[in-house]
Amino acid sequence: MNAPAKPLDKRMSATEIVGRLSDGMTIGIGGWGPRRKPMALVREILRSDLKDLTIVAYGGADVGMLCAAGKVKKLVFAFVSLDAIPLEPWFRKAREAGQIEVLELDEGMFQWGLKAAAFGLPFLPTRVGLGTDLAELGGLKMVQSPYADGEVLIAMPALRLDAAILHVNRSDWRGNVQLLGPDAYYDEWFAKAAAATYVSCEELVDRIEDHYPDDAKANVFERCFVTGVVEMPGGAHPSSLPPAYGWDMKALKDYANAAKDPGDWAAVADRFVGASEAAYLESIGGKEAVAALPLPIF
Amino acid sequence: MRDITLAELCILACSEAFRTDREIIATGIGPVPRLGAGLAKLTHSPGLMMTDGEAFLVEEPIPLGPRGDYRPKVGGYLPFSRFFDSAVWSGRRHAMVTPTQIDRFGQTNLSQLGGTHRQPKTQMLGVRGFPGNSIYHANSMFVPFHSSRVFVEGEVDMVSSAGYNPAKRVAGGNYSGIDLKRIITNLCVIDFGGTDHAPRVVSLHPGVSFDEVQAATGFALEAGDLGETAMPDADALAIIDRLDPHNIRATVIKDNPTARRAA
Repeated sequence: MNAPAKPLDKRMSATEIVGRLSDGMTIGIGGWGPRRKPMALVREILRSDLKDLTIVAYGGADVGMLCAAGKVKKLVFAFVSLDAIPLEPWFRKAREAGQIEVLELDEGMFQWGLKAAAFGLPFLPTRVGLGTDLAELGGLKMVQSPYADGEVLIAMPALRLDAAILHVNRSDWRGNVQLLGPDAYYDEWFAKAAAATYVSCEELVDRIEDHYPDDAKANVFERCFVTGVVEMPGGAHPSSLPPAYGWDMKALKDYANAAKDPGDWAAVADRFVGASEAAYLESIGGKEAVAALPLPIF
Repeated sequence: MRDITLAELCILACSEAFRTDREIIATGIGPVPRLGAGLAKLTHSPGLMMTDGEAFLVEEPIPLGPRGDYRPKVGGYLPFSRFFDSAVWSGRRHAMVTPTQIDRFGQTNLSQLGGTHRQPKTQMLGVRGFPGNSIYHANSMFVPFHSSRVFVEGEVDMVSSAGYNPAKRVAGGNYSGIDLKRIITNLCVIDFGGTDHAPRVVSLHPGVSFDEVQAATGFALEAGDLGETAMPDADALAIIDRLDPHNIRATVIKDNPTARRAA
């Protein structure tokens, strides 16, 4: 390997990134359902020998594929959905087979747990979950306000991540990222909750201030939260990455249908993962085909 | 005048459920609740705020389906990344959803059916934001097919949203935010104004009897005044037409029946 010539050069290959992960790790995956998912890095994990992972995600096909491939020991989730295909079929199969442990959380509690981790706190208090089955099923403890109100709340434990993976629109080699599109979801908090954050991007530039200084507000989290960066155009496919491209509903339907017929991940993994990212991209018509996917209408 | 459909009657009833003088986010999930929210905003409840379904706030509710030349006019910003801060945990929201199961306490289930938590017989979406919604802000429900499979006997299989169940209360917990408004079904309108917040039928759709509703419900219902659910007038229908130009509402209730049953 070539030694980095410049200080703060965080460029690494997808293989190097996955090489820094190990069996049993807790890994956060950014995005939300079928949006902004770091699918190229997920595919790289699927090509690796990694196993026994705890996955923390607002889940879409990332969670479905990792479950289908037997990579997941435990899942921390609030939902797993492909939006227009509400129920993620590969995730359902894994759940209905009793294949994975789960910690089921409310969407808001989930980001609260990431924030607790980001701030180095053991937990953050919340009313959310009271009156439901979540606390009992998840072993969540209560905490009482020490002030006069004495309110009893759920202590949402910190969701500490060994690593987070994210896909963003732009970055430079120092990890100055820009997240465009209408919503970055909770990518900021995945980055801050993780001991190491690895970012794939549509476009890698030299010094971002020389290229996109007018978009600095899209720097949703600072470069001190970025450990590694790799350019992977089309890297969110088949999820969306606005404004660059929408989700690929045909590909998502093919993927969902494959859970019924043939229903065996080993038989279809080559189609949805490929031997390499280059081979995968080629099989779906190249990065130009991804860039041409229209943005969805709500 | 054309026949008014049952879906249109339900849209008006949903709109009434959203009636408020506050400035809060109205979220209607599914065509009928979404049209109900839009109708409320454009008529009696202008303080309501709505999103484009993604991240932006619009003062003119977005029409359903393909939009042609229509361009949403964006007046504000409410992405998921600040949704809990601004809308849910501040109590400034009223959501209307369609859960898989509902019980006599108003608890709902969206997560799983049967089996165990480790191995459910049927895995659904997961609890999503239901726990937070239920403890913090107003909620209503729309049920297009009223049956005892939805309105279950006993309790829901997995309590995804909090209701008025005394057995689910922890001493010292603050449950004051639980605010179940109405359930609109293809048969009737239910509120939680019965004894100790028990579900109570407040109006029956034209031609429906209380006994018919009870027979399709897995738990005992209380009976309110039992008036007839109001029909939308020409102005309301014109707004509904404008917000649903492709008549997607016709696909919601089986066979798209008229509001007034054939004699």
